[in-house]
Amino acid sequence: MMGRFLPLIGFALIAGLLGFGIYWNKSHDQREVPSPLIGKSAPTFALPLFDDPGKTFGSADLKGEPYLLNVFGSWCPSCVEEHPVIVRYAKELGVKVVGYNWKDDPTDARAWLARFGNPYDVIVVDAESRVAIDFGVYGAPETFLVDGNGVIRLKRIGVLTPDYIEKTLKPAIVALRGGAR
Amino acid sequence: MIARVFAALIGLAAAFVAHAVEPLPFKDAAEEQRFQHLARELRCLVCQNQNLADSDAGLAKDLRNEVFEQLRAGKSDDEIKSYLVARYSEFVLYDPPLKASTLVLWFGPFVLLAVGGIAVWLTVRRRAAQNPAPTRAAGEEEDW
Repeated sequence: MMGRFLPLIGFALIAGLLGFGIYWNKSHDQREVPSPLIGKSAPTFALPLFDDPGKTFGSADLKGEPYLLNVFGSWCPSCVEEHPVIVRYAKELGVKVVGYNWKDDPTDARAWLARFGNPYDVIVVDAESRVAIDFGVYGAPETFLVDGNGVIRLKRIGVLTPDYIEKTLKPAIVALRGGAR
Repeated sequence: MIARVFAALIGLAAAFVAHAVEPLPFKDAAEEQRFQHLARELRCLVCQNQNLADSDAGLAKDLRNEVFEQLRAGKSDDEIKSYLVARYSEFVLYDPPLKASTLVLWFGPFVLLAVGGIAVWLTVRRRAAQNPAPTRAAGEEEDW
């Protein structure tokens, strides 16, 4: 008697497994690689300044203050989508916003910023993708929140959205101030 | 004529394959072999179902250069891997390491295979016992 229902039970189990798979993929971005760097010190770096390539700017200049590092490139379509959000929020975040021009052509980057606006306090250039590997960057846009002690607190893979800024980034920045050592 | 066109196309395709991944200045065959072996064990993070050796993505090229330089600098395979794992997490390894959280991944298929095998064996044995001589009249309904 029981044997009759075995195929049905088997089917229900497989359907359940597949359903869970669909649910999981909908609620998780498959491309998102969890960063092992959260809670660890940001890599030390010194990269050429976008506006003055003869000079370098890096972790030494940012010592003691929290900052947001936004990886972008003029070649990156999602950055175009993200950029207005940064332009809108950059001033109200209360932390320095550092642009990280990654694997880009300077002329293209200049035209891109002229067209979409430049919300950054300072922009560093990593055309060779040297420091990007240390940061574990694998795509653009990516955004890091680094605290005053140089520890990476947040990493956003993909586009910054108003929703993410309001619900995750701003509270994290507030927490930085509260817990400032 | 057609054969010649085909030959040209195959030659062209081969040329593309050969140039898909930029060559690095290896000093000998052993070094190249070691590099290729390592690159096959590392995942291209942009195109996640490719390994570093196969991928032509920009980042994969950067990572290959990084691996090559560290290899040149005398780092061991494990040192290079842990360097990348520290930055990109274990996801960068094409073969997931064997540990508690990956046990199901490693052994799940074998467990399922065993369960299926036992089920088939039990069914076959039971039917054999029920129906020792499968004599069937022609036209009788097929029923399993």
